[in-house]
Amino acid sequence: MIAPHTGVVRSWSCILAVAAMAIAGECLTAAGMRKLGDLDIIRARSGMAGAIRAVLSSPLFLLGASCMALNFFAMLFTLSIVDLSLAAPATASLTYVGNAVAAKLFLRENVDQRRWLAAVFVCAGVFLLAK
Amino acid sequence: MKHRLKPQQYLILIAIMLTASVGDSLLSRGMEQVGAVDVHHLGLLWHALFNPYVDAGIVLLIGFFASYMTALSWADLTFVMPATAFGYVVVAFLARYWRHEHLSIYRWAGILLIVCAVGFVANGPSRTEIPGEERPSHSDLNLMDSGAGR
Repeated sequence: MIAPHTGVVRSWSCILAVAAMAIAGECLTAAGMRKLGDLDIIRARSGMAGAIRAVLSSPLFLLGASCMALNFFAMLFTLSIVDLSLAAPATASLTYVGNAVAAKLFLRENVDQRRWLAAVFVCAGVFLLAK
Repeated sequence: MKHRLKPQQYLILIAIMLTASVGDSLLSRGMEQVGAVDVHHLGLLWHALFNPYVDAGIVLLIGFFASYMTALSWADLTFVMPATAFGYVVVAFLARYWRHEHLSIYRWAGILLIVCAVGFVANGPSRTEIPGEERPSHSDLNLMDSGAGR
């Protein structure tokens, strides 16, 4: 029989892994899109096919999309051992705060007081919605 | 410099809010009709592709991804994030008024918090100007068109 604290550690390890993959995926795709430039301008110049080609030829986007795919399968695995009522709000909230931290550190975004407050409000809101 | 959005860029953000939530709700409705899928009945997944709710859900989620990528090309991740969170609010309203589910006081409080979060961010600049960052200009894009830039 697994000790209760082992189960808790395992559950939260899975939740953290899911959130980490989501954060990596979101930040990499955001970095890819930022580097690519305004897609509306690219679409106006090269058409929809050109815009899709530009996105699909971005290595950062492809890496980010791979992380998102891994995140999907990690979430499926997590849901097999953790209740949805804990896994969904916990991963969503950790992802929102983690994205704000990662955006400041890696994407050099100006995460001011207003954006921090928004991330905290979203976390609290997601938890209340899951109740 | 403060980056303000153009009206069509606000439409993209609204598309992000609506397509993800309505797409998920349609997928949920479709999969209810298809039935539970397990490893012994994976063929049901193929069957699910012929369900109109599932098809509509897939189309909307493709639209969500396209809108999300477009928004990230002209706005910060921390600006777009609350817009995606607003999808939870839309799902809650769909649950209340389409599926006639009961919404507890906690859920209404959650909705209020997310609406406030969107309000905080929507009022500020959409993009951080990074010194020294090169943005593709129109002339660069002309080079991309001709293939000379690759």
